[in-house]
Amino acid sequence: MNPSDAKPTPIDAPPDGREELTGLPGLRTWRGVYIFVFGCFILWVVLLVALTVLYS
Amino acid sequence: MNPLDFVVLIGSMLGIAAYGTWRTRSHRSLSDYLKGDKTEGWVTIGISVAATQASAITFISTPGQGYESGLDFVQNYFGMPLALIIVAAVFLPIYRRLNVYTAYEYLGRRFDAKTRLLGAALFLVQRGLAAGITIYAPAIILSTVLGWRLDLTIILSGLLVIIYTVTGGSKAVSLTQKYQMAIIFGGMVTAFVILLTKLPTSLGDAFTVAGGFKKLEAVSFSFDIHRRYTFWTGLLGGFFLSLSYFGCDQSQVQRYITGPSLRESRLGLMFNAVLKIPMQFFILLLGVMVFVFYQFERPPVFFNQPAWHQAIRHDSDGKLHALEQEFTAAYAQKEQLIHQWLDAKHAGDRQAEAGARAQALAALEHSNAVRNEAKTVMQADDPVVKSNDADYVFVTFILDHLPHGLIGLLIAAFFAAALQSKSAELNALGSTTTVDFYRHLLKREASDAHYIAASKWFTLFWGLVALAFALFANLVENLIQAVNIVGSVFYGVLLALFLVAFFLKRVGGTAVFWAALTAQMLIFILYFLRHQFPILDFSYLWYNFIGCAACVLLSLILQMVIGSNAQSAKT
Repeated sequence: MNPSDAKPTPIDAPPDGREELTGLPGLRTWRGVYIFVFGCFILWVVLLVALTVLYS
Repeated sequence: MNPLDFVVLIGSMLGIAAYGTWRTRSHRSLSDYLKGDKTEGWVTIGISVAATQASAITFISTPGQGYESGLDFVQNYFGMPLALIIVAAVFLPIYRRLNVYTAYEYLGRRFDAKTRLLGAALFLVQRGLAAGITIYAPAIILSTVLGWRLDLTIILSGLLVIIYTVTGGSKAVSLTQKYQMAIIFGGMVTAFVILLTKLPTSLGDAFTVAGGFKKLEAVSFSFDIHRRYTFWTGLLGGFFLSLSYFGCDQSQVQRYITGPSLRESRLGLMFNAVLKIPMQFFILLLGVMVFVFYQFERPPVFFNQPAWHQAIRHDSDGKLHALEQEFTAAYAQKEQLIHQWLDAKHAGDRQAEAGARAQALAALEHSNAVRNEAKTVMQADDPVVKSNDADYVFVTFILDHLPHGLIGLLIAAFFAAALQSKSAELNALGSTTTVDFYRHLLKREASDAHYIAASKWFTLFWGLVALAFALFANLVENLIQAVNIVGSVFYGVLLALFLVAFFLKRVGGTAVFWAALTAQMLIFILYFLRHQFPILDFSYLWYNFIGCAACVLLSLILQMVIGSNAQSAKT
């Protein structure tokens, strides 16, 4: 596709509603996915702190 | 390496490159060439994003970092999951909605042409420099340990990646990265398992030894500004570094905008947000376990073995021979003390355990002192020899202690890593030069075939520039850090351009343009004066934050000045 053929889209246009679906079981919204990822990050930090404390 | 290793190495490298070239031999449109045919699922996108970030340096140098300093480097990645959430939630939908080829096109639409060109130029300079390092770094290590000619190693690996990147474009990059990552992880996991079977102790004792020698201190909450890796530098500096890298660096943006939908691209990024910290932890732990292994098996005095053997040959006054004997004696004493320490632990004798541990620590310090003295003698005899041999630790372990076939697989893994990150960089450098400079400034209306041809020529050009840089550069000491330092010097300002674009709607192109130039000058001053003024000698990760904050603040101030001037002119 030539870029000049692309439909012009306003920079601040709201996202397409269908794109809000994650298609993941148990994590239906993107907010849920982000919270899950953040939770994994916290879990990794806690485990690494535990490792540091346990073997220092 | 024996013939079996060479068959595995050459077969896997050529096979993947040929497959990538064949599968992507024809492109009908510029979109196909620069963004792929949009059929990649989120796993492919996620692997491609991870592969672009994980260069050969990651797999060669990071275990060496684990061997030398333990796990603390993992903190460097603490800001990444949070940054990826913001990229997925804010940056990605805008890029997709505007249907851009490069991230810098967005700057042109939001601000003006000069800001777009500034963003693209910052990327090209930064990534052009890093591209030289990513091809040179693994080549110098592999050629040294394998006894190959450095120039031929650089040229052959460089040409291979140029051929399939130029021919296949973005799709070839993603396709080959998937198989290259399979080789890398297959090799690394196998090496880890074999390493564990070679340890003469249980896994619990291995952790005790590693912990006793302070190699398992993964997290530090210290506020010491001169300490390079802490929770705070990782969280704040790492956040800004990652946000710039994933949000504004075309080599990454090009990987995730190739998805058929926003969902696939987002999930690809989230895949990395979840897995990056454990992946880096695993690679560092591999280095720590190599350290434990070498507590029960005498390590070389200097891990760059060819350099050591050459120094020994010219050791006319016998200093190095004497130091080698002293090192052997120190190692034997240390090993004995470690056994006493573990015996005391098994017997439950806490006092004896603490005593033996303290003595073993002192013995380790003594053997490290002997090693450092040997390095000083080597450098005095030959100033060209680099004293940091951490990058050679893992390769030396592989060549000395792993079975044939697996050696070939791991060397293939290192080359695969070199090719996969290089191909993504070349692809992005070619795209940015074509879209943001050539099409924007020189030839606005032309057919897709013309732009594809131009993109191929620019990719070839950047490949040759990187090859030339790799052939003639004299590299810095620490490879994994060198890439991050180059990134940190430029990324803060680049990120600020995008943050101002997204969140400060009142700021216009002129204000942000001059603010970015001033902030970049400030970072250059801080970087180049760091040795003259000790107060400026802080962790390089802070450049990301300082550059970004300076640019955002200056943009606001300049916009206020420009705004008030415009107001006065009206009245």
